[in-house]
Amino acid sequence: MSLFSGILEQLINGLRTGSIYALIALGYTMVYGIAKMINFAHGDIIMVGAYSLYVTTVQLKLHPVIGILLTIAVCAILGITIEKVAYKPLRKAPPLSVLITAIGMSYLLQNLALLIFKATPIPFGSIIKVPSVKIGSINISGITIVTLIVTTISMVALTFFINKTKIGRAMRAVSEDRGAAELMGINVNRTITQTFAIGSALAAVAGILFISQYETLLPTLGALPGIKAFVAAVLGGIGSIPGAMLGGIILGIIESLSKAYISTQLADAIVFGVLVIVLLVKPSGLLGKKKTEKV
Amino acid sequence: MALLEVKNLGISFGGLRAVDDLNMSIEEGSLVGLIGPNGAGKTTAFNLLTGVYLPNDGMILLEGKSIVGKKPAEICQAGIARTFQNIRLFSKMSVLDNVKVALHNHVKYNLAFSILHVGSYFKQERRMNEQAAEILKVFELDEYADTLASNLPYGKQRKLEIARALATEPKLLLLDEPAAGMNPNETVELMETIELIRKKFGVTILLIEHDMKLVSGICEYLYVLNFGTELANGAPKEVLNDPKVLTAYLGE
Amino acid sequence: MANKKKLIINGIIAAVVYAAVMILLGQGLLSRQLMSIIVPICVYTMLAVSLCLVVGFLGELSLGHAGFMSVGAYAGALFLIHTQDVLPSIVSLIGGLLAGGCCAAIMGVIIGVPVLRLKGDYLAIVTLGFGEIIKSVINSMTITGGAKGLSKIPLLTTYRSFTVVFVLVLIVIIVVANLVNSRHGRAVMAVRDNYIAAEAVGIPVSRFKTMAFVIAAFLAGMAGVVYAGNIGILKPVQFDYNMSIEILVMVVLGGMGNIRGAIIAAVILTALPEVLRETADYRMLLYAIVLIVLMLFNNSGIKRRIMEKRNMNKSEKAKKEA
Repeated sequence: MSLFSGILEQLINGLRTGSIYALIALGYTMVYGIAKMINFAHGDIIMVGAYSLYVTTVQLKLHPVIGILLTIAVCAILGITIEKVAYKPLRKAPPLSVLITAIGMSYLLQNLALLIFKATPIPFGSIIKVPSVKIGSINISGITIVTLIVTTISMVALTFFINKTKIGRAMRAVSEDRGAAELMGINVNRTITQTFAIGSALAAVAGILFISQYETLLPTLGALPGIKAFVAAVLGGIGSIPGAMLGGIILGIIESLSKAYISTQLADAIVFGVLVIVLLVKPSGLLGKKKTEKV
Repeated sequence: MALLEVKNLGISFGGLRAVDDLNMSIEEGSLVGLIGPNGAGKTTAFNLLTGVYLPNDGMILLEGKSIVGKKPAEICQAGIARTFQNIRLFSKMSVLDNVKVALHNHVKYNLAFSILHVGSYFKQERRMNEQAAEILKVFELDEYADTLASNLPYGKQRKLEIARALATEPKLLLLDEPAAGMNPNETVELMETIELIRKKFGVTILLIEHDMKLVSGICEYLYVLNFGTELANGAPKEVLNDPKVLTAYLGE
Repeated sequence: MANKKKLIINGIIAAVVYAAVMILLGQGLLSRQLMSIIVPICVYTMLAVSLCLVVGFLGELSLGHAGFMSVGAYAGALFLIHTQDVLPSIVSLIGGLLAGGCCAAIMGVIIGVPVLRLKGDYLAIVTLGFGEIIKSVINSMTITGGAKGLSKIPLLTTYRSFTVVFVLVLIVIIVVANLVNSRHGRAVMAVRDNYIAAEAVGIPVSRFKTMAFVIAAFLAGMAGVVYAGNIGILKPVQFDYNMSIEILVMVVLGGMGNIRGAIIAAVILTALPEVLRETADYRMLLYAIVLIVLMLFNNSGIKRRIMEKRNMNKSEKAKKEA
């Protein structure tokens, strides 16, 4: 009985971590689909979100709801700024240049945070004070419940947005064929800006949920989840929104089970192993479309 | 035995049958044209022949041996060279180096010599420089030897691509729209160049073209493609007057 | 011939540098601080030049170069420790260098073969992951001393053995420079410039990607051994992401496919922080900004215009000489 409930508990943990990965992966996949680049700095936007929440609720002593809204706004604006300053000028540049710039941007965010907040970990009690729930012999923490609910709502809202709204349609058009979309009168620049804004906003939410779970601020807290979320996006099919959600959850579960039953050290290696295997076996991921390069 | 035999060649991309039941037989030393409206599948056919795409059906035999499933580099070493519709030069390398790269498999020395710069390195590098310079001379590009490839004027870039392809000592040369973007004078010059390389290098040529003057001027045989399938084949005079072919190009 | 002239000039520069350092050392004219950065400068030069092969000449982004360095460092250090009483030190050192280089190269093969056939973005992430994983693995192994580190490494590559270290630096530079100016080097650059065209002219792309990657890994491994033999103690935490980024900045600052640039950048970026201690906190931030600004500049209209002017001058000069 306890093995079963043990596995169930790990599955739920995996679901929780995975849904955070899914939120982050959505940002990666949307940006990749529309701007055709991997925004390495995306993971670090989570970190900015976590610190922003801290600054607004603890240092400025604002109401948590206002803190959350401000955090989302800050991250969205940051995402848009990064795009305009560093990525837009390089739209026609060779991929290596874009990669290096994105890496530089990620590094910039980390070191700015390091300079401002110093390297010592800052404890930050969760602002989400929801009681835990006990089902049978399994204890589900309040933050897990909130995470699952928030991420589900976010993903449903995003799917609705992409499929039913004008802006969403524009995004899909630009990701299919930028040239054609432009000829149809779609403002590509504005669409790309909106994509970064939404992706960063989702990252902000992910950051809030993340820090409410782990309750310790570090300038590098976004790096590893960011990379893992990227793996999730690739697993699900980079460029596919349902893929990002699916990939995130599957990866979270794989990580949880690995951490519990194999080893914490190896869990990270396994995550990377997943990436390599996916790229070798089915590079387009679980739900992605196979793209043949035009020669 | 024909140099190149293509039988029932076909490939699908998703639901789209890009090339279907293509049959070609190309004799050694001939100059054959592959024509058809845009999107007919001509470049796709080239990509199939050079191993860029793996066909779903059919056979490709070079000198009687199947090359299906071979990687592009292997197919080049087997004797098929090509140029590209959108020029693909090594943009950051010099004109001379572009050709020297193509001599990679013909003028060799091993890695140890590459690192140590001793022994056969010097001899082979000299040979490579000479051979590359000779090829450039044929195309009147020798004065640009040290120019960056991306700095060449368009017409000369196309010539360089052909020169580079010929440096691989191919048996079959595939030219993908060599006259694209050229004015009538340049096209005539190209026709002369193609005749020259046939004589000098003794190479069989299969070319894709839209320029009918060039096609009717130098091609000995034509295959016409439309919507991925073969529409007609034969001598240029017949094919270009075939009502089916005219309809395909001009519409009803 | 222009190449002979270049060779002679480079030889003279190398001789002058060597003589200058030896004289300064011999006369005791260098401060403690300056003496301590001689070998680090050499190590970073080796690292930057080897990464230049991958990033500059192959055109792929490898974010785990510190990982290869650490594999080489530990392998070489273990060899040095276990042969210090058995072999004369120079033989031990050579063996250690080979051991370090080969182990790093083997890692290069293990990582490279599956991953190099993938697109650049994915390669970058996987090399990043490799760097992190190698750190964790070394941390958890007992033979490497784990987190406590590996100590009492024979100090065979300090500034007192500058001649040996200098020779090693020269070897790395010559290997990469020679390779680039050979048919194998041209094949690698062709892969960088247009891999589809490279395949079409008979170059097996995967094989050459792996070759460049593995050679770079070997050289980084050797650099690791020199590092180990200078500092005497190894801890996994020394070989982190920051170090990989530092090396990348040197390559980028040096001008991507420019060996001389990479050397100069390595020297400056290693020496400067020592000289400017107070700005240590801002150093990483500065590196990040440098990366972004350089990339923006490289692809801007300004650079394009400068290059056009330079090419026009070059071709005019060539025509005049013709």
